[in-house]
Amino acid sequence: MATSTVSRVRRQLPTSPWLFAVPGLVVTGVFILYPFVSTVVNAFTDRRTLIPGRFVGLANFRELLHDDMFWIGLRNSALYVLGVVPALVLLPLLLALLVQKNIPGIAFFRSAFYTPVVASIVVVGLIWVWLLDERGLVNSLLETIGVGRVGFLSDQWLLLLSAMAVTVWKGLGYYMIIYLAALAHVPRELHEAAAVDGAGAVRRFLTVTVPALRSTMVLVAALSSVAAFKVFSEVYLMAGPTGGPAGEDTTLVMLVQRTGTGLTGRVGYASAISLVVFVVTVALMLLVLRADRREDA
Amino acid sequence: MSVVEKAPPAPAPAVVHRGPVTDEHGRRIRVWELVLRYVLLLFVLALTVGPFLWQLSTSLKGPTEDIFSSPPSFLPAHPTLHNYARVSDTIPVWDYALNSLKVATANVVTNCVGSALAGYALARLRYRGRRVATLVFILAMLVPAESIIIAQFTTMRELGLNNSLVGVVLPGSVGAMNVLLMRNAFLNLPFEIEEAAFVDGANVWQRFARIALPSVKGTLAVVAIFAFMFSWDDFLWPLIVLSDPSKFTLTIGLNYLHGTFANDERLVAAGTVIAVAPLMVLFACLQRYFFRGVGEGAVKG
Repeated sequence: MATSTVSRVRRQLPTSPWLFAVPGLVVTGVFILYPFVSTVVNAFTDRRTLIPGRFVGLANFRELLHDDMFWIGLRNSALYVLGVVPALVLLPLLLALLVQKNIPGIAFFRSAFYTPVVASIVVVGLIWVWLLDERGLVNSLLETIGVGRVGFLSDQWLLLLSAMAVTVWKGLGYYMIIYLAALAHVPRELHEAAAVDGAGAVRRFLTVTVPALRSTMVLVAALSSVAAFKVFSEVYLMAGPTGGPAGEDTTLVMLVQRTGTGLTGRVGYASAISLVVFVVTVALMLLVLRADRREDA
Repeated sequence: MSVVEKAPPAPAPAVVHRGPVTDEHGRRIRVWELVLRYVLLLFVLALTVGPFLWQLSTSLKGPTEDIFSSPPSFLPAHPTLHNYARVSDTIPVWDYALNSLKVATANVVTNCVGSALAGYALARLRYRGRRVATLVFILAMLVPAESIIIAQFTTMRELGLNNSLVGVVLPGSVGAMNVLLMRNAFLNLPFEIEEAAFVDGANVWQRFARIALPSVKGTLAVVAIFAFMFSWDDFLWPLIVLSDPSKFTLTIGLNYLHGTFANDERLVAAGTVIAVAPLMVLFACLQRYFFRGVGEGAVKG
């Protein structure tokens, strides 16, 4: 019955399946796949926004090797991954454990912890620019308790660190919900058995919760490392469009945006940087997922 | 991922009234542990929601009030809406809000229609090339937007759509992930119902519109909400594609306000409150779908 139905469906309206898929395929083709191919092609040309390019071979990539700004961008984006990912794997898990038990009012707390996820990164960035301002709330509080004022947004490294903190702050609620869903699957018997064996809360966390959630932690690591490497908005808003006075806080995507846009944009060179972003992102994803598989074996 | 939907249930009221608080397995929670939990919860609450409230408080402080005082004053001494009036004198903030609304609404409509149609084609219809079509969407999902954004910009220029709201909407108008979410939703429906409708003479459009689509309303709502939020919050793409200040969306307008009037914190604070308020209302009303979307998105993403 099923097979004959299927073949009759096919005979009935031979063009309609494609009609269904066409809007999605056209958008994906024209605005994702074509730009991807064109990024690869442009990376080997000297194309500019208003000037069609000529093939220049590997010249853009040779230039990258000697471009200090590229290495600064690569360094900052890589540091961002190293700084943000451990925090985003661990802190949301602790937060999920905190909101897991159904004590009165817990639904309110769960929703409240999620609000930074909902807000636009621009809003979040500007809120923290004001909070961390030389004369902002954080410095007022630090001064009140006698620590003195800290130049969160004027020092190159403190600024990068502050931006990472903002990324973590905005991502906490999102990953908390992912962990919360996974925690519901951890068998209670494991916890009880460990408790009977005399394991304390910390020990049960390390021997029961963490192993049971390993694949979720890998997922969070993969998602957050890819997002962290592509960081743009937080640093753009906190350090300014040029990434600090001498561009020392520029990230790779900021460099892409700065190099490739506007009427004088160097599309070819920006495409070469974009390819680096693409390759590193895919590599990060594969690396994290492979680490998971190896542990399985 | 119905698990996510079940994850944040409301606390059982019966338990509250009966005295000792128990956990989800009916075991009693010790008082000191409960106190510790609430202390930690309040601490995290201050960290996550506090910054928004500080921004709101700053936006309500009048021109004569010291906003830099140390120790800080958390509440405005004489709350005023003066700064909100000043924002609209400085930048056309309501036009920007309208632009954002147009872009977000268009994004919701195109994503719902486009991904429901394509998802149905991938899940239910048999035709040559279906696997290739599925692969196209999977590949598209794996390409990070940031790595093709320059080429998207040149594509828009080639189409003459740069510096237009249509240009802002188009690249994300049928998100590959949304297509795959809808495909999974359709795959999870029992085929027998549609088969019965087919035997009764319903054609493919009727089966799609009357039988399949009403059964995946939940996923469609998730697609709609995330399309709205994504588009309302988006920064990098509108920043690249829009150059004419009269066409700015709210996020780009805020960036412009911050860049030009950075030292007027009250003004910027009022602007951010205007930008974030609609989403907070939406979130308060439709939390369930926001949480559900995280689960579905994470599985695909």
